[in-house]
Amino acid sequence: MGMWLFIFTELLLFGGLFLIYSIYRYLNPEAFRLAAHELDTFIGAFNTIILLISSMTIAMSTSALQQKNKKLTIYLIVITLLLAVVFLINKYFEWGIKIKHGIYPGSEHLINDFSQGEILFFALYFVMTGLHALHIIAGMVVMSVALVRVQKGTVNANRPSLLENAGLYWHLVDLIWIFLFPLFYLIH
Amino acid sequence: MENEKPHIVPYRIYFYILAALVTFTFMSIGITYLNFGPYSVLGAMIVAILKSFLVLTFFMHLKFDQPFLRIMVSGVFLLFIAIVFLTFIDYLYR
Repeated sequence: MGMWLFIFTELLLFGGLFLIYSIYRYLNPEAFRLAAHELDTFIGAFNTIILLISSMTIAMSTSALQQKNKKLTIYLIVITLLLAVVFLINKYFEWGIKIKHGIYPGSEHLINDFSQGEILFFALYFVMTGLHALHIIAGMVVMSVALVRVQKGTVNANRPSLLENAGLYWHLVDLIWIFLFPLFYLIH
Repeated sequence: MENEKPHIVPYRIYFYILAALVTFTFMSIGITYLNFGPYSVLGAMIVAILKSFLVLTFFMHLKFDQPFLRIMVSGVFLLFIAIVFLTFIDYLYR
């Protein structure tokens, strides 16, 4: 219950950003289309699939815990964490390429050579995917704590709350990405 | 939630949901490349909403939880839609 209330605040936090995005996209449709061509749909789609798989593995880990299969629970959490790392590595390269091309908030290239609408697109892109990446890192921390406590046995079939809540949080991160992906990578 | 009897979801259900989610992802990419003009955004958003529905219902266990959680989650989404609607009314008619 408490976890859900927290998830609601997170949804509305990103909701506000999605609202800003939709207004600016409505006001600058052409600039958003042009700017989105700078983004790599392949990396975006690849990261989408990674997050979806990781959501499945963390959901399965709760089932494994309830079935008292501690070993499988631990494997599934570790796989989820590894997938999260792969996601962040992709993000690192994706942002790295943008920054190398001089596209980052406040860069000379962005201010001088792009229209107002394109600058807005990239500002939203960096803020929203950046905030999302922070949530990935937070999710990894919570899952690592759950992992240690499953290992110790303080999180078990009778007391699964911590792992369940870590899973809920991770699905939230997945949920937000489900909307970020079409809005930033799929403008054609 | 401690005193409910836990509902163990079989692994294969999660796997089916993942398969559906991946299919939807490719569908939304396909819709974008076919380029239906303004309807592309609408199509991609409908697919995203379907995907989020699957994640909320199965991965986040809303299907197996108390019904009032479902009502609250719907409430939050309705609130968000209302805010977007009102903001656009403001922008369009000011």
